[in-house]
Amino acid sequence: MHRYITKRLLLIIPTLLGAAMIIFFMLRLIPGDVCEVRLAGTGLFVDEAEIELCREKLGLTKPVLVQFYNFVSGYLTWDLGESMWTGKPITHEIAIRFKLSIQVAIMATLVAVLIAIPLGVISAVKQDTWVDYVVRSFSIAGIAMPSFWLGILIILGLLIGSQKFFGEPWMPPIYYVSPFEDFWRNMSQLIWPAVATGYRYSAVVTRMTRSALLEVLREDYIRTARAKGMIEKIIINRHALKNSMLPVLTIVGIEFAFLMGGLVVTEQVFNLNGLGRLFVESVGAQDFNLTQQLVMLVVLVAVFTNFLVDLVYAWLDPRIRYG
Amino acid sequence: MKKITRKFVISVATGAFLAVGLTATVMAATPQPGGTLSFVVASKIPSYDGHQETTFGMGHPIRPFYSLLIRVNPENPADPADFKCDLCEGDVPEATDGGTKYTFKIRSGITFHDGTPLTSADIKATYDKIIFPPEGVPSSRKAFFKMVDSVEAPDANTVVFNLKFPSGAFIPAVATPFNFVYSKKDLDAHGYDWHKKNINGTGPYIFIEDIPGQHVLGKKNPNYHFEGRPYLDGFKAISAPKMAVRINAIRGNQASIEFRGFPPKARDDMVNALGDKLTVQESDWNCVLMSTVNTKRPPFDDIRVRQALTLAVDRYAGSKYLSQIAIVKTVGGLVFPGHPLAASQEELEQLIGYSRDIEASRAKARALLKEAGVPEGFKFVFNNRGVDQPYKVVGTWLVDQWRKVGLDPQQTVKPSPQFYATLRKQFDFDVSIDFNCQSVINPIADVSKFLCSAGNNYSQCESQEVEDLYNTLMRAETLDEQRSIMRQYEKAALDFASGAITLWWYKINPHREYVKGWKIAPSHYLNQHLDNVWCTDGKCS
Repeated sequence: MHRYITKRLLLIIPTLLGAAMIIFFMLRLIPGDVCEVRLAGTGLFVDEAEIELCREKLGLTKPVLVQFYNFVSGYLTWDLGESMWTGKPITHEIAIRFKLSIQVAIMATLVAVLIAIPLGVISAVKQDTWVDYVVRSFSIAGIAMPSFWLGILIILGLLIGSQKFFGEPWMPPIYYVSPFEDFWRNMSQLIWPAVATGYRYSAVVTRMTRSALLEVLREDYIRTARAKGMIEKIIINRHALKNSMLPVLTIVGIEFAFLMGGLVVTEQVFNLNGLGRLFVESVGAQDFNLTQQLVMLVVLVAVFTNFLVDLVYAWLDPRIRYG
Repeated sequence: MKKITRKFVISVATGAFLAVGLTATVMAATPQPGGTLSFVVASKIPSYDGHQETTFGMGHPIRPFYSLLIRVNPENPADPADFKCDLCEGDVPEATDGGTKYTFKIRSGITFHDGTPLTSADIKATYDKIIFPPEGVPSSRKAFFKMVDSVEAPDANTVVFNLKFPSGAFIPAVATPFNFVYSKKDLDAHGYDWHKKNINGTGPYIFIEDIPGQHVLGKKNPNYHFEGRPYLDGFKAISAPKMAVRINAIRGNQASIEFRGFPPKARDDMVNALGDKLTVQESDWNCVLMSTVNTKRPPFDDIRVRQALTLAVDRYAGSKYLSQIAIVKTVGGLVFPGHPLAASQEELEQLIGYSRDIEASRAKARALLKEAGVPEGFKFVFNNRGVDQPYKVVGTWLVDQWRKVGLDPQQTVKPSPQFYATLRKQFDFDVSIDFNCQSVINPIADVSKFLCSAGNNYSQCESQEVEDLYNTLMRAETLDEQRSIMRQYEKAALDFASGAITLWWYKINPHREYVKGWKIAPSHYLNQHLDNVWCTDGKCS
C-alpha cells in the first residue's frame, strides 16, 4: 500500500508538468495581452512605449522558454508569482477565493449526497413503480436544468416572493462573510448556490446510485442472503449499498473536483467571489500568470481527489488490494 | 470660463436637471450624517495608482480616498465648465501672463491620512509625476498636459503652472478625476510604484481594506478639509461584474447605487418593481462609439468608399430606436453634445452623414460606391468587441445600415483582448468599432482622436489638413475663435471619414431613493469622491 501511495504521488509530478506545458503554450497563442487591456481599454491615447514598458515589467518580452522556466521553477521555491492585473501575490488572490469555493463545494456535495443516496436507493428498491418514475423524472430534470438557470430562478423567486409577502424585495447577500464571523449571513448567501449546484449534482449521483445498486442487487451473494432469510433492510444497507458505492464515489469525486473552479456561471449569477469567477476574470484580462496557476490548482485538486477516491475504494471493498 | 458656464447652465444643464426628476427635492433636503453606503462596481481594480490607470473599476472605489487640486463642481457636475477648488483655496484661478501662467493657492491645515501635512510640494510632485514622469514610469494622462512647460512651488501654499502657450484645455485637464494628489514624502521614500499597492491621500474617506474581487471598504476621514463632510460614516464598494447581479442588488437592497449606468430596460424594470423607492438620474454621457476604417486596405483607401459608409447611417432613426434598448441616444458631432464648442443642430445637419434626408444620403452613398468600383454585395470584415452594452447593439445596427447601401459587412465579435489586438496591433480589419470615452469634458483634448497622428487613432490615415487645423485649435484663445476653428476641424475630419461618430452614450443611474446628494455627471468617472452623499433615516447600513 505504501509503495502504491508513493507511486501515485510521484505520478502527480509528470501530470502537473504536462498540464503546465499545455496551458502555458496555449495561452500564448491567444492574440493580445494584459497590457493592451489595461492601458488601451478606455480608448484613451496610449503611448506604444508605455505598453511596451508594461510588458517589460511583467516579463512578457522575455523569450517564451525563459518565461516557461520562470513559471515552473516557481513551484520549487513556492513562489507562484504575482497577478499581472493586480500585482498582488497569486497565493493571496487564490486564498481569498479558495475558502468560498471549498465551502460551496462541500455544501453542494452535502446537499447532493443527502438527496441522492436515499432517492437512488428508493428508486432501485422500488424499481418500475410510480416511486421510481417520480425519482427518475426528478433526477432527469436536474441533469437537464443548468445550475446557473436554476440559480437565476431562485434569485428571481426570492425577489418576487419577498416583495409579495413582506413588501420589500430581498436577495441573498452579494459579498462573502466567513461563517465564523457571521454564520447566518454566510448561510443566507451560500445555501442558494449550494442548492442550485447540489440539485444537478444530486441528479447525477441519484442515477448512478440507482443503477449501481440494481446491479449489486442481482449478484449471487444478495440472492444467497435473501435465501437465508435475512431481513431486506439489512441486505440493502449492509451488503448491497456499501458495495454499490464504488462508482458513486467516483462520480462524487469528479463532481467535487469540478466544483472547485468549475462553477463559472453559477458564481457569476450569485456574485460569489470564488475560483470560477476568478478564472473567467483572469482569462478576460489575459492575466497569464493567474490563469496558469488556477488551471494548475484545478488539475491538482482533480488528481488529488481521484487519488483519495482510489484509496477509499480499498476501504469500501476489501477485495481491492493495491501493491 | 464664466461665460461658458452661464450659457451652458441655461441651455443644457437645465434640461438635464429636468430629466433628473427629483433633483429639486434632493437639493432642498438637509443632509443627515451616518451610515455606510454600499454600491456595486462592474469592473476590477488593476492597481490603486490613478495616474496610471484608466478604468472606473479603480476610480469608483479608490477616488474617495484622494483629493484633487480642482474638481468638477459636485453640486453642478452637468456643467462641463464649472470647476471648483478642492485642495486649492478660493475660486479656480484665471490665467495670467497672456494665458500662460496659473497660480493656485493651497489650503492650509490639510493632512494626509498618515498625518503628514499637505503642502504645495506635494501638488508639484504629483503633477511632475503625471506630466513629466521619469523614464519607465507610466502616466496615462501625460498627453493632456502638452501645453505645460513647468510646475513650481515657490512657497508652501502656492503652486504655479507655466504653460508653453495659452490653452483652453488646461483647466479641464487639471480637473481630471484620476489626478490624485500624492504625498511627496511617499514618492520620495517609496518610489513611483508605491501607490499601485498602497493608499495615502487627503480624501473624505480613509482606506480600511480591499478584498480582491469582493469589496473595498472606506471609513470617514474626521480631518477632511470640507467641514462637516463627508456625511457618511463609510462606504463599501462591492465588486459585481454581471449586470443582472447589480440590478438585482439594488432591487433587493443589497446595494444602494451603481455609478456607471444601466440600459433603459433595466431602468424600466427597476421602476416597475420599486416605484417611489427608486430615483432615476439621467444624462448625456461623454463616451461615443465610432466606426474606424482601415485606410490602408482597399477599397477603404478611397475616400469615396469611406464617405459612403458614414452616409449610409441614419443616426436620427438609430437614436429613436436604439435609445430604447441600449445606453446610446444623442446625435452629435465630434464634440460632446450641448457643449458650447459643439455644433448646433443646423451646423450638424450640414456635416456628412447628418442630413435628415436619409434616402438622399443613401442614394449618394450608392453613387459613390459605384464610382469607386465597389460591387453590390461587397463583403468586408467588421471588427466588434464582445460587450453587449452598447458595442454589440450598435454593431448590429451598423451592419443593417451598411446593408442598405448594398454592402455586406461580416461582423466578427471578439473578447476585449483580441479586439484590442486586432484594432491596435494587427490591423486585420476593414472597419472596426472604436470608442472615445473621457472624463472631464475637454473638447479640445477629446477631439484629438481624429488626428491621424494620435496614438489612439487606428485608421492608419494621413491628413495634414486635419493636423494643421488641430494645431490652430490648440492655440485658439477665445471661445469664439475656438468654436470657429472647431467647426472647420470637425468638417475636415468627418469629410476625411477615416472615423465616424455613431451615437453618443446616454447615462442612466437608477438608485435607491434614500441616497441623496449624489448628482449625475456626464461621465462615469466624475463626481465619485462621495463627500456630499448621504442617506435618509439611517437607511444606509
